[in-house]
Parts: sequence; structure tokens; C-alpha cells
Amino acid sequence: MTHKPTPVDRPFWTPGTLVMLALMIAAAVTLVIRYTYGLSAVSNLNNHYPWGIWIGLDVASGVALAAGGFTTAFLAHIMGRHYYEAVTRPALLTAALGYTFVALAVSIDIGRTWAIWKPVFYQNHNSALFEVAMCVMVYVTVLWIEFIPVLAERLGKKIPLLAFLDRTLDKTMWVFIILGVVLSCMHQSSLGTLLVIAPTKVSPLWYTPFLPLLFLTSAFAVGYPMVVVETTIATSSLKLESEMNVLTPLSKITVLLLGIYMVLKIGDLVLRGAYVTLLDGSAQSTAFLVEVGLGVVIPWIMLLFKAVRQSRRLLFTTALMIVLGVMLNRFNVFVVSFKAPYATHPYYPAIGEILVTVGAVATIFFLYRVFVTHFPVLSAQRQEVSR
Amino acid sequence: MKLTRRGFLGAVGAAGVAAAAPNNAQAWQSKAPPDPYGCLVDLTRCIGCRKCEQACNEVNRLPEPAVRFDDLTVLDAKRRPDHDTFTVINRYYPGRLDDRAKPAPTFVKVQCMHCQDPACVSACITGALTKEDNGAVHYDVGKCIGCRYCMAACPFEIPAYEYHDPITPRVRKCTFCFERISKEGGKPGCASICPVEAITFGRRNELLLLAKKRIENDPGKYVDRVYGEKEVGGTSWLYVSNVDFEKVGFQKLPEQPMPGITETIQSSLFSYLWSPLALFGVLGAVMGLTGRKEENHDA
Repeated sequence: MTHKPTPVDRPFWTPGTLVMLALMIAAAVTLVIRYTYGLSAVSNLNNHYPWGIWIGLDVASGVALAAGGFTTAFLAHIMGRHYYEAVTRPALLTAALGYTFVALAVSIDIGRTWAIWKPVFYQNHNSALFEVAMCVMVYVTVLWIEFIPVLAERLGKKIPLLAFLDRTLDKTMWVFIILGVVLSCMHQSSLGTLLVIAPTKVSPLWYTPFLPLLFLTSAFAVGYPMVVVETTIATSSLKLESEMNVLTPLSKITVLLLGIYMVLKIGDLVLRGAYVTLLDGSAQSTAFLVEVGLGVVIPWIMLLFKAVRQSRRLLFTTALMIVLGVMLNRFNVFVVSFKAPYATHPYYPAIGEILVTVGAVATIFFLYRVFVTHFPVLSAQRQEVSR
Repeated sequence: MKLTRRGFLGAVGAAGVAAAAPNNAQAWQSKAPPDPYGCLVDLTRCIGCRKCEQACNEVNRLPEPAVRFDDLTVLDAKRRPDHDTFTVINRYYPGRLDDRAKPAPTFVKVQCMHCQDPACVSACITGALTKEDNGAVHYDVGKCIGCRYCMAACPFEIPAYEYHDPITPRVRKCTFCFERISKEGGKPGCASICPVEAITFGRRNELLLLAKKRIENDPGKYVDRVYGEKEVGGTSWLYVSNVDFEKVGFQKLPEQPMPGITETIQSSLFSYLWSPLALFGVLGAVMGLTGRKEENHDA
């Protein structure tokens, strides 16, 4: 194979990284207020709406968008399609960073951050949230274990422990790779189980006992589009080769995966008869139409065309639509669809909630940049160098 | 060598797990206690005096309210229980007229319903919420992490949160005066003070009979329905009324207990972790096979 991941040789401080830093500082200030005056000082969460965008976007969408990690690992390492190994490292890095921030978002959102260890010892096996928490906890660890070889390649000589771990892991890495896929399947679906317990509070457009299946299949579907989006952003902002030779075949697989999700999602809606409220013009039905129309059906049709799959710009646009569609789905299920029976005002995120969410995303971008600058993550060649 | 062993392990795992796939995926079973306490609230008797609110405040040592309990102007707005108020009385004018042809008020007491199969208990990540044999849905702050899944799950929108507390916020709700009813002859604060016997404390099964007898004895007065008998599988708190429940703030709720579907999903997929183990085995086998193919190819 031709790929060989190398550190990116580009100046680290750019206007982009400085903006990221500013957003991170704004989020940090918000967190100081949250831990001084309580959740009510920075959020619009209340007794009617206990969950807001920190759960709907940071946690639920964050987990979904990190699906690139296990879907590429499955393809390259388990199915043995080594051709795709060029994208496994950046996808792994995104997943590791993404899940680390999911864990951080959860610890900010829960009232008793210091008690986050308690589910390990006080277990309620009936709770879907318990299973999600356990899986995420183990999976974050697994992801960073999978990342050790990348760290060791660069720091192995300086830190003997890393080199030792790397050698030890060489023989057992397959366990962690499979474990990562299994854990992902478990909690991606169980995230969908969470609101199945509240049938009267979730709009019928989204409420179905098959929510876990829809969450799982949409996670499968969004994995490769997410790889397309992050690879395209990384290679274009770092002025590297586009890696279209890998992204085009990945998007062909997406036609199948997104197609499965689309059939299940629309089939479920039709069989339950919930489509009757679709054209009532409410905010919820609009959100649903945008989610399924712009986020699933149209990009799926676009992907059918070879011209789209082979054009860097069109493929990026299509993949971005799918990514935003799955994000919107998680946001819709946890926030838009949630009907509090006794609420007098609807929930809108407060400035503080938005600042923390944006700051978390900025931190992920920033750390991604740090890692690709200092560690061998990206395989793409610099554009000036002809292959 | 390594790859062959890998394939072998995977195949063994898959076979073993396939044999162990559970046959315990039974229908969901209710965990409701057989003979819990309950309270029967008779909306035709309540006069909206707020004595129950005051008693609740005192026995639970809640902070002094901004407005005194004998000030009835608070009834002009609809209220909900919150982190320092476990029960409230709301006043409705559902259209009934009194003797002098003036709109007659109906007063409704709101507090935790203490469901027989509570969604909050099933949802709670650590088991900090439990349904006790005496009927109370009990909160153990020592296990709580503050995820607020109980609040998202509760169909009655009852658990409230101390959002203003930065480090040690608690979930707050009616305790069913757990300590008091655990003692012989003990009653909840609200039930013991009510001057018009609008709240009757007793065994839920007996209260149901009492409720039906009241309806039977005066069918012209009562609506033929005991709210809480069947809603979400039954609640420890029960209501009888002379007006439609939906007109005075009660929701129309399904008769199935809320945790039925999620607990069925969780137990049929994850008991003995059979499905993750099976998946691990299958993936291991696939990985072994593809790896071996490549080994041959390389050779």
C-alpha cells in the first residue's frame, strides 16, 4: 500500500486556530459560572425540560458523529479491506476526541459532576442510560488504547512506557478493535432506547419502539459521510491531496447503508400512521421534513450518481447533508420532539448552553490540529508533491 | 500462526454463544408491590384551604414560602410542585355552576403519584429511585448523579431539581412521608391535617373499593372513573371527581406501565450480555477468516 501516515508540516498558529482558542476561552468562562452559581445560571433547563442541547447535541449527536471510528475499523481491520486504512487513523482520532468530549459534556450536564463514577458501583440494569454510560466509559478507554501505536510511533523513544505498551498491544490489538465495534453497536442503539420510556412526551413523528434500531442504522449510515467531511476539511485546510481514491468507494457503501436507514425510517412512519401530522405546518413537522428530506432522501439520491461520488465538491456537500441530517435527527428526538405536558414556555437553549457547545466543538478541532501536527495521523501527501 | 489462532478463537466464541443464547426473553412482568399504601383524593370535598401544603412544608422541613399558606390569592395562577414545594393546590373553573348559578371551583391537589411501576425508577441510572413495598417511590440522594433522566421519564412531570445548586443539587419530590408511614398508624402530613377529609390514607386495594363505593352510592354526582386505578399501570394516589378529569389538569395516559417496552428491549438484548458476546464471536470469526486469506495471499 502507498499510504504512510506522517505528521503535517504546516504552521500551527493560523487565524483558524486563534478563533478556536477564543471560543474555548468563552466556554471556560461559562463553566466557571456554572460551577459557581449552578446550572440555572447558564442554562434554560428547568423542571419541564430537564434535558437541552448539551444532551441532544453534545452527547447524542456527538456519539453519532463519532461513528466514523468503528465503521472504518470494521471495514479496514475486520473485513480486511486494508485499502481503507488511510482513513482509519483520522477517523480513530475524531472518535477518540469526540467521545472524550461526550464524557466531558455529560459531566458538565449532570448536577453532581463529582459523582460520575457512581453508576459503576450502583447499577440499574433496567436503565438504558446505565448501559450507555458503561459502554461510553469502556469505549473511550478502548479508543485511546487503539491510538497508542500512533503516539508510540512518535514518542516511543522518549517515553519507554509507550513503546512497551505498543509492543504488548501488537498481539492483542484485534481484541480492542472488535470490542470497539461491539461497544459501539450497543450504545449507539441504546441511546435510541432512552426516550422510549416516555411515550406521552415524545411527538409521534419520532416516537417508536424501534428508535434503537433507527439510531443504530443511522449511526452505520453516518460513519463514512463523516469520514468524507472530516477528511475533506482537513486536507483542504492543510492543503493536502484530497484522498478521493478512498472517499469515492466509501460513499458507494454509504448508498447501501443510508438506503437501509431510509427504508426503515420511512417504513416505520408509514406503518404507524404518524405521517398524517406531517403537513400540519408545525415546527415539529417542519423539523421532521428537513431532517428526512434534506438529510436522508436527497443526499441518498445524489449519491446514486457516479458524477457526485467522484466530484470532491459535490461529494463533500452530499456527505455534509447526511451528517447534518443525523445531527438534526438526534436534536429532534431529544429536544424538538419533547413535549412537556405542563410547560408554559417552550425550551430554547440559553447563551451559556450555546457557548459551551460551540466551545466543545472548537476544542475538538483545536486538538485534532494539535494531533495531526505532531503525530502521524494523516496519510495524504502535500499537494506540491506529485505522486 | 497468530492469525489462525485468532480465527479459531472467534469461531469457538461464536459457536459457544450461539448455544448459550437465552431462552429467558419472557414477556415483561410488573414489579408492583402487592399491597401498597395509597391516598384517595376526593375532588368533590376539597375546599382549597392549602392546609395540606402547609403540613407538607412543615413535616418535610421545607423553606418558608414567599407567600403565607393562608393567602389564597396564589390560587389565581396554576402552579407546579418544585424543589421546595412537594405539593400544590390548583383551582379550576370547569364550567360547573353552584346553587346561586355562579361558576363553581374545583380544587386539585398535585404531588408525586407514586406509580405502581414507575418510569423514574426504571430509568434511574444508579437505582437511586426505588419503589418500596409500602408504596412510596423513594429517593436516595447518596446514589444520585443528577442526570435528570427521572425527570425526562416521568409522565406526570413531577421530579424537580435544585438547578441553583452548583455542586450538590438534589432531585426533589413528594416522599409519601416515607418515615411517617413506616411507623404504625402514621399518615402523610397532608392526609393527617385535611379538615374536610378530602384525602384518605390507607391500603391502595381498600381505597379502590372505597372510591368505587362512593361513585356507586352517588352516581349522579361522581364521574364513573377512578383516576390512578389504571393510568400507567396504576398509581398509589387515586382521585375521584365530579367533573371530567381532563378539564382539571389531568392527562389522558395509557394503561400500560411506562417501563414495559424499554425493560423488554434491555433484558431481551442484554441479559447475560448474550448479544454483545455473540457479535464479538461473529466479528472475531470474520476477522480471522479475512486475516488468514491475506496470509495465504502474501505467502
